[in-house]
Amino acid sequence: MNAEFETHEHDVLIIGAGGAGLRAAIEALAQGASVGVVCKSLLGKAHTVMAEGGIAAAMGNVDSADNWRTHFRDTMQGGKFLNNWRMAQIHAQESSERVVELEQWGALFDRTEDGRILQRAFGGHTYKRLCHVGDRTGLEMIRTLQDRGVQMGFDVYMECTITRLLKDGDRIAGAFGYWRENGRFVVFKAKSVVLATGGIGKAWPITSNSWEYTGDGMALAYEVGAELMDMEFVQFHPTGMVWPPGVQGLLVTEAVRGEGGILRNRTGERFMERYDPKRMELSTRDVVARAIFTEVREGRGTEHGGAFLDISHKPAEYVKRKLPSMYHQFLELADVDITKSPMEVGPTCHYMMGGVRVEAETGASTIRGLFAAGEAAAGLHGANRLGGNSLSDLLVFGKRAGLAAAQHAKGQTTTPIDAAQIDQAEREMLAPFEHQTGESPHAVHGDLQQIMQSLVGIYRNEEDLKSALQSIGQLRDRIQNLTIGGSRMFNPGWHLCGDLTSMLTVSEAVTRSAIARRESRGAHSRLDYANLDAQSGKQNNIIVRRGSEMILRQEPIPAMPADLQAILDEGKGAGA
Amino acid sequence: MADVVLRIFRGTRENGGTVDYQVPVAPGMVVLDALHHVQKHQAPDLAVRWNCKAGRCGSCSAEVNGRPRLTCKTRMDALPQDKPVTILPMKSFPVIKDLVTDVSWNYKVNKSIPAFQARKGTDWKIRQEDIDRVQEFRKCIECFLCQNVCHVLREHNKHEQFGGPRFFVRVAGLEMHPFDGVSRAALLKDQLGIGFCNITKCCTEVCPEEIRITDNAIIPLKERVVDEFYDPVLRLVKRIRGARNET
Ligand SMILES: Cc1cc2nc3c(=O)[nH]c(=O)nc-3n(C[C@H](O)[C@H](O)[C@H](O)COP(=O)(O)OP(=O)(O)OC[C@H]3O[C@@H](n4cnc5c(N)ncnc54)[C@H](O)[C@@H]3O)c2cc1C
Ligand code: SF4
Ligand code: SF4
Ligand code: FES
Repeated sequence: MNAEFETHEHDVLIIGAGGAGLRAAIEALAQGASVGVVCKSLLGKAHTVMAEGGIAAAMGNVDSADNWRTHFRDTMQGGKFLNNWRMAQIHAQESSERVVELEQWGALFDRTEDGRILQRAFGGHTYKRLCHVGDRTGLEMIRTLQDRGVQMGFDVYMECTITRLLKDGDRIAGAFGYWRENGRFVVFKAKSVVLATGGIGKAWPITSNSWEYTGDGMALAYEVGAELMDMEFVQFHPTGMVWPPGVQGLLVTEAVRGEGGILRNRTGERFMERYDPKRMELSTRDVVARAIFTEVREGRGTEHGGAFLDISHKPAEYVKRKLPSMYHQFLELADVDITKSPMEVGPTCHYMMGGVRVEAETGASTIRGLFAAGEAAAGLHGANRLGGNSLSDLLVFGKRAGLAAAQHAKGQTTTPIDAAQIDQAEREMLAPFEHQTGESPHAVHGDLQQIMQSLVGIYRNEEDLKSALQSIGQLRDRIQNLTIGGSRMFNPGWHLCGDLTSMLTVSEAVTRSAIARRESRGAHSRLDYANLDAQSGKQNNIIVRRGSEMILRQEPIPAMPADLQAILDEGKGAGA
Repeated sequence: MADVVLRIFRGTRENGGTVDYQVPVAPGMVVLDALHHVQKHQAPDLAVRWNCKAGRCGSCSAEVNGRPRLTCKTRMDALPQDKPVTILPMKSFPVIKDLVTDVSWNYKVNKSIPAFQARKGTDWKIRQEDIDRVQEFRKCIECFLCQNVCHVLREHNKHEQFGGPRFFVRVAGLEMHPFDGVSRAALLKDQLGIGFCNITKCCTEVCPEEIRITDNAIIPLKERVVDEFYDPVLRLVKRIRGARNET
């Protein structure tokens, strides 16, 4: 045993303090488990805090015809039927309950005339379905969960980064990480571990994601032998800011279009008429992102290479009330008053549909004692996520993973931690200080981002993807030789060295999966295979580690039960 | 493109001082962009907190040319470029390293505040006006800039007896929830020491969310404490005075 390391012990260790992690923690606490929550930033700063548009739940408060069946069908259609249908069913059935519960814990949503939770329209949703608070829904959600968890009594380890999961034989035994503040190492012993670490946007240069999104959870799971799934499906949100340079990629919420925003190209044409005349601006994200990308590529873009998004036909007061953050964001950062002038927008890397492969009911990964939920997990969204379906995902599957993790812990004893695994984890982290000469992590990160943007972006083809794979291999060699100055005290350059390892693993998984899918489906568009392929649509790409090699295999999607198939058939003809 | 000099605090609690870095200014650049430029090209170990880059997470607070600001919302072109731009950590919290301070005290204070609990028989029907009123307080992004400027903390170090404006905002957001069934008046008076606040409004001035902390949160909460704890005669006098002032 390594007596030299600070050690903490919990029944359930949750890595990540966004919506998924916090909801899991609350449920595990309710089951009587002792719970630790670890996060890279301060509590309350996870991505969930930035969510704007809303949370999807078929409550039918505005459109009374709405119900879980329609939500299920919309989610499957949006995901191009690659979704785990059981997850899509559970999600549609349980999200209303989870929203109501959030309200009972003190969250306040905007209201209808008769005092119920108000719902707004969003892309791909048949009915008005997104419960929201102006354009800062995520803040309301994360504070509510945070306060509830703090009151129930979880231990929070803030500004602590996990770099390795620890195993005992074939089951999970804990995690190893460092305190960002002083660089000291810390060991967590746990009977169950829940990964709620979010996505991977930082592998692309133009992204709505923060420094935290380096794919850690997926890489941690991969390293201990868990399977990843659907890694080729990276969502490019159609509307990110494009100007000025410093804000490039910052999200412009879909709520702008939900509230009636119109897209135009440089010539003033409402170009969505040519791409999806039925749903126009409220088509699914994959379609709108490709439309804007195509307009720009074909020379009809705006001055800074985007499209115009206009909401100025709505009354100024209404815009300020329903989209206050957008109003301020553009006024202060881009000198644009959106109540008077259009915004310039273009696609930005936003969300990871793929992730850790989990069981629908429990969030269990293929490793005993390891669970995953939220953006870090795969399955619910298939080939393309609908807006608003992430926040509901966090609550529904966060709760389920917390429950299953607590139940699993009950049947387990803690095990001694294997010193060899810790030694290795420590050596990996310290290497950059030992190299006298070498490269800056920023140089490698910059190169990775260029590769992913130009070769593994919105449109892909075999040649580009293969060349990306080769380049990623070279980056893997280069990260063996990173160097960093300064001390271990709050040293972001050093932190990036560790994050790069995760980013490279996940980028490789994305690229391999993208090569293997020889069709265009949802967010994955191949120029060399431009159409849907029926056979490919029946299988998921699975990634797993064998020794130091990354292996990809294809697995058939299980057949859908007749009752669910009937729901999909009902909708044939409706939507697209 | 023109260069500007950033004069950044480098060091720890024990020792440190400012160091100058030259950075090219790009159109629309914010202070946080300039700090990232320094990290990328000159000092990868420069410690800075940030997440959203959009004024939404409250991570990136610092003192820019002496003014407490979110660095992600402070435009370089709004600052004089012929002199160095000074960037120091928030003064009211102990420095960990460079621009990163130890804000854990805030999380401790927060723990002492009882969370929302619904009154019995709540029907969950709420009018939008009631939502709008209380949303002002719930907009808080926990940047702690108000905590940083409040003289009760900054000059008098009353961290043990005083919760600070951020937590009056939080209590207001709970107390004014239409269905909240908990009273936090004793907490306000005793643990959070609302009496120490002498309504200088410095907190309101720096709030990036434009929450009217003093007028809309603190003053009504002070009244609530008075109503619950002090002599009913005093309460009457106050009412009469209030009425007189209005005429
Ligand atoms: C700007 C923006 C707007 C959005 N708007 C919406 C919307 O309106 N509706 C919607 O449904 N979705 C929206 N999304 C998507 C949604 O917000 C995210 O997908 C979701 O919040 C992810 O939640 P999570 O709990 O999975 O992860 P997060 O909230 O991202 O939390 C991840 C956590 O894991 C921690 N972590 C990561 N790696 C490690 C590690 N190695 N060690 C320790 N901790 C670690 C992080 O510190 C963090 O606490 C939006 C996203 C963005 C970026
Ligand atoms: S008004 Fe009160 S809380 Fe605000 S800065 Fe002044 S003394 Fe502090
Ligand atoms: S009240 Fe305003 S200044 Fe204070 S922490 Fe909240 S957002 Fe920041
Ligand atoms: S980085 Fe989020 S508020 Fe500045």
